[in-house]
Amino acid sequence: MRKYTSDGFYAYLRRDLLQSHRRLGEAASPLIFFVMASTLVPLGITPDPASLAEIASGIIWVFALLATMLSVGGLFAGDYQDGSLEQLLISPQVLVMPVLGKVTAHWLITGLPLTLVSPLLGLMLFLPEAGYLPMTASLALGTACLSLLGAVGAALTVSLQKGGMLLALIVMPLYMPVIIFGAATVQYGIDGLAWTAPLAILGAMLAAAIALCPLAIASVLRLTSIN
Amino acid sequence: MNWVWFYRLGSPLWFYQTTTRWLPWLSLLAFMLLATGLVWGLGFAPQDAKQGNSFRIIYMHVPASFLALVGYFLMAAAGAIGLIWKMKLSYMVMKAAAPIGAALTFLALFTGAVWGKPTWGSYWVWDARITSMLILLFLYFGVLALQYAFHNEEASNKASAVLALVGTVNIPIIYKSVDWWYTLHQPSTIKLTSAPSMHPDMFQPLLVMILGFYCFYVVALCLFTRVEILRRERKTTWVGDLIGSSNNAVEGEK
Repeated sequence: MRKYTSDGFYAYLRRDLLQSHRRLGEAASPLIFFVMASTLVPLGITPDPASLAEIASGIIWVFALLATMLSVGGLFAGDYQDGSLEQLLISPQVLVMPVLGKVTAHWLITGLPLTLVSPLLGLMLFLPEAGYLPMTASLALGTACLSLLGAVGAALTVSLQKGGMLLALIVMPLYMPVIIFGAATVQYGIDGLAWTAPLAILGAMLAAAIALCPLAIASVLRLTSIN
Repeated sequence: MNWVWFYRLGSPLWFYQTTTRWLPWLSLLAFMLLATGLVWGLGFAPQDAKQGNSFRIIYMHVPASFLALVGYFLMAAAGAIGLIWKMKLSYMVMKAAAPIGAALTFLALFTGAVWGKPTWGSYWVWDARITSMLILLFLYFGVLALQYAFHNEEASNKASAVLALVGTVNIPIIYKSVDWWYTLHQPSTIKLTSAPSMHPDMFQPLLVMILGFYCFYVVALCLFTRVEILRRERKTTWVGDLIGSSNNAVEGEK
């Protein structure tokens, strides 16, 4: 008999958070990547405050996307290698809840720190003052969306030896609507427009992703991971 | 309800034999339609008041864009049928649809770029519809890359079917993007709900071209699927017989 409870959600959330707590260096690497990559922009393009202010919102969003994408590959890889994914698949628990727990843990480890550190990058890249609140709000919703979509790609490529590049190929087209509305939120804020409108669409995307992605991830894990 | 016809659709042998019978006629029809449409559109349709002769690329651009979108939808539908009814033929159709769709998407982007130069003054514009077409091309690339990444055919089929289904979420966004981020690109010329904003003299050859592209697409899809059938069913007796008999025929001619 299958249990339709949220037990699996909390169990896997706690487990993944505990695992990353024990390996803090690994957990912090997406955040460090985010900060370091953004530093390349003034070096590569221009240190001029006026030019940087124009592109700051886009740069922060692009690198937040890349940081999420690079980290999401490991979401199921460890579990697949040590066999615990197989244990999860044969457990009586409905797969959706543990999957959602794992993705939530991923967001708490990568997306939330990225969101919290983004004002610092905004400062370094001379983001106009009106852009800070829209940026943190859109990143908070957007990175959750990115984690969910990325997890679909991670599940698809989990049984492949060299899945990293392929994961990026698969996931990037799916990320494009998110970055369009994420960057639009910040730009609307800077231009003094109603930035909550694109933010609301981002929220709608997140709601749809929370509803649909765990189902897709669960079915993909069942279909492809047992070869 | 009698489901025999439905299950028969899943048989590669039935598909192979039926397409052997129909393909010559379908190819002829596709050729006739395309030839008529091209000669009519390029040679006899009136010039555009503003764009002159350069508008004639619409006769390639619009059908290719149509089929690029329809092809993705068909690929996802074939994948879904494979996942639900576990038909091996539908996975073969899905696999065959990916490269054709990618090629048509590229053709749409390429003709759009060629058309954009005289009309807008640049080959590339970051406009909503062009960008979504580019995203569609990337979606096709993702499915193609995933198909070739797996050594296990079963896993490859299922994974790419799910990815195609996930990608269909983007298809409504592609359609809607015209309304959402209207920029440089003109709004759709043909609407199903209202009369076309084109002159009938220009529109009729376009319709012929669209029909021709549909026929061409079906022919290409059948040919690609037949190759896939022969590859995957190479160990069965009927493929052995088929190849054996054609070998014998060749030897007989010598």
